Amino acid sequence: MPTPPCTDPVVLNLWHPLSAVAETAAGQDHTTTLLEEQIGYAWSPDAGARAWRTGATQHQLPTLVRYGYIWTSLGTPPKDLFSIPEYDEPDRRNMNASTIGVHVSAPRAIENFLDMAHFPFVHTDVLGSEPHTEVVEYDVDVSAERDEVLATRCRMFQPKASASSSAGAEVEYVYRVPHPYCSILYKTSGDDPGRKDVIAVFLQPVDQEHVRAHLLLSVLDDAHEDKEIRNFQQSIFGQDKPILENQFPKRLPLDPRSETPIRADKSAVAYRRWLSGKGITYGVIPAGR
Amino acid sequence: MTRTQPGLPGRAWHPVASSADVVLRHVFQGRLLGRELAVWRADDGYVNVWENRCLHRGVRLSIAVNDGRELKCQYHGWRYSNRTAECTYIPAHPADAPARTICNRTFPVVERHGLVWTTLEHDRPEDLPVLPERGSQLPLRAVTVAAPAADVVGALRSYDADDDLRLASESDLLLRFDGASGPGLTLLVQPSDATTCVVRGVLHGVDEADPDVSRLTLLRLHNRALNRLRARVESEVGPLEPGNDEPELELVPEELAELPPATRPGRSASLRVRVERKWSAGVDVAGFALAPLTGHLPVAQPGAHVDVHLPNGCVRQYSVVNAPGEDDRYVLGVKREPESRGGSACLHDTVREGDVLALSEPRNNFPLRRDAEHTLLVAGGIGVTPLLAMAQTLAHHGLDHELHYFAQTEDHLAFHDRLAALGDSVRRHCGLDVAATTARLREILAGHAPGRQVYLCGPGPMIEAAREIAAECGWPVEKVHFEYFQNGQEIDKDSSFEVDLARSCLTVQVPPGQTILEAVREAGVTMPSSCEQGACGTCIARVIEGEPVHQDVYLNEAEKASGEAIMTCVSRSASPRLVLDL
Repeated sequence: MPTPPCTDPVVLNLWHPLSAVAETAAGQDHTTTLLEEQIGYAWSPDAGARAWRTGATQHQLPTLVRYGYIWTSLGTPPKDLFSIPEYDEPDRRNMNASTIGVHVSAPRAIENFLDMAHFPFVHTDVLGSEPHTEVVEYDVDVSAERDEVLATRCRMFQPKASASSSAGAEVEYVYRVPHPYCSILYKTSGDDPGRKDVIAVFLQPVDQEHVRAHLLLSVLDDAHEDKEIRNFQQSIFGQDKPILENQFPKRLPLDPRSETPIRADKSAVAYRRWLSGKGITYGVIPAGR
Repeated sequence: MTRTQPGLPGRAWHPVASSADVVLRHVFQGRLLGRELAVWRADDGYVNVWENRCLHRGVRLSIAVNDGRELKCQYHGWRYSNRTAECTYIPAHPADAPARTICNRTFPVVERHGLVWTTLEHDRPEDLPVLPERGSQLPLRAVTVAAPAADVVGALRSYDADDDLRLASESDLLLRFDGASGPGLTLLVQPSDATTCVVRGVLHGVDEADPDVSRLTLLRLHNRALNRLRARVESEVGPLEPGNDEPELELVPEELAELPPATRPGRSASLRVRVERKWSAGVDVAGFALAPLTGHLPVAQPGAHVDVHLPNGCVRQYSVVNAPGEDDRYVLGVKREPESRGGSACLHDTVREGDVLALSEPRNNFPLRRDAEHTLLVAGGIGVTPLLAMAQTLAHHGLDHELHYFAQTEDHLAFHDRLAALGDSVRRHCGLDVAATTARLREILAGHAPGRQVYLCGPGPMIEAAREIAAECGWPVEKVHFEYFQNGQEIDKDSSFEVDLARSCLTVQVPPGQTILEAVREAGVTMPSSCEQGACGTCIARVIEGEPVHQDVYLNEAEKASGEAIMTCVSRSASPRLVLDL
């Protein structure tokens, strides 16, 4: 067997998303690319999910079905995926908002997801607006026990925070990065200020410089149709895509001296250190290469 | 398949764009030896060639906004100045003047023969080829060829658009042709990367008077010929792997890689400027335009001041009046003080056009926040200088503001041209006595609402009055920003105490008659300072322990009450021991 294109053991042993279950025609075989390899997969309500390297149909890859997606791994994955307890709350609407290809590395896309300072400039008059550009101090913690980056008390003035909001408000966010290529954000719900909407991005690394971004929504919204909620998130993502595709280098540089962080980038600094600590080499430019 | 690495050819300077590519408010993306370049012209005509990458998150600057004076990165709105590529504003932290010198990588530029030239090697002298200047020159449309430079040069040797050209000489990616009857031609091969080139041509000796040969005819003729050549070369060379010659990216300086801000420079006079122009900017106000002797001046952000080292040995602080993008000189306004201790009198009477002065780099302890919905600027007399810089910035960004300018008479209003350019946002208040000034300030400051902020600069009593009125009108202390010209208070230097420098692991005694700043410097610790009278804020230090006695006019009441910071040039300690973060 030829050597697999990805040799990073950390990344090989991760669970990676392949497709939204709701968009997978039951009982049919599909193919996609993961870590530069052609992967076949299939799903049915009775048999669940299966995945294999094309050309090696006999050898089944491990699979999971979580949060509405089919996941697989090319190595030896952990028993389970990170937890998102809100997903199981009965009154939430869970859906795949979109799966969009982006010509960028997965870690660059995660940093963009964690970033608030770009709202007024990239998501103008929706998630932010000039002159309300300040990113006030927030807290970042790397939990050793849960092995994830956590940013809390992230506040930003937003003209229109979600499909269901009509006026501007200061919105509070919490970000989690429980997986090198996955992140979850919690933001004050327009419908129920006591609870939070959940938006997660699961990045499928096609290769070191291409991803398919799967966007999960788990929201409290009774007023809007699925289509409206999806359109809102898709238009947001459409604004990020050209920025991400114009970042250079496309792989995330982990040397602290390769770019210039400011206090607003605290979460990104923690994320880069966390990746360095894991010894990740795929999708990044390791420090001191 | 031939694969020639371009390496570094003999000539260091290469064309990277045509002058016609750098049109108004556009950013052109160029490429040289594998390195991407952002090429743009500011409204003052200067052409910039920069690394095509914002230092913050690596986003291409060729997708940035060229507002005529600065490039604004699309991702986070960071602004970079014309000429020096210094970052002038970081919107995520509107209260901070970028204290660290964040500067994008720039390359030297020459614009000649209708082309923009640059070199990636900084220490290489200008070695531009000399092109014949006979008759008028006409740059051709550039043609990109997917082939290594050597192959393209080889094919160009037999270039002939109309049987009229003859190869006269060849050197360093340049071929010169003589025309038997028509214009001559120079063809230049710009090595974009290992497998791509751009062919640029300049016709010389074009006879503008000849009605048979229009410029358009010539351009079309050569465009067709170059396209034929491209097709031929590309089919001979065959498809190439894209050039895998990504250049090494330069690392940012170490102090930029860490989150905490670096220390600022001490009292220095690192800049040399020539008085380019001196004029009467208003009654008793001399205007000075100071141009660099060599190179570029560091950018002065709105609110910044410079220390001017005068021929008589005095050092004085003056705010920089410059508008955004006005980067080729500093403009200062100096009021003649009747009781001048030698500063303003020297500048008014002694310093002349052509004189050379030493300046510190600009320092900004009065930074302008640009995240307010409305900004009030209230100036008294010569206090207008920093506020003019702010008003011009706010106007340039399209942010709502008013500049209220109090002066003795109309003739005392300084910088008429700049005031006129600001239009309706300027409100002039002339000839008011103390009572009338107070009443007018009350009217101006009456309308406090969230999203508003005020900046005050002027004589001490006026700032005092305005701050009191603002407090009465319900303005929160943090929305009222002010800068005094000088500290009018009597400074008490009688106490003695001990200062622990936590980071330097030193303890120093401060005896009566000495300042903390002097004692710290004596102990060998470098400290920045500027006015040294408690007005400018440069020598600020963080207090870890102890009870400061504030004698400055820089900190506001809330900051003084918190006891977390101290101006080391004038303030002292009430406790026997003070621990500073130095």
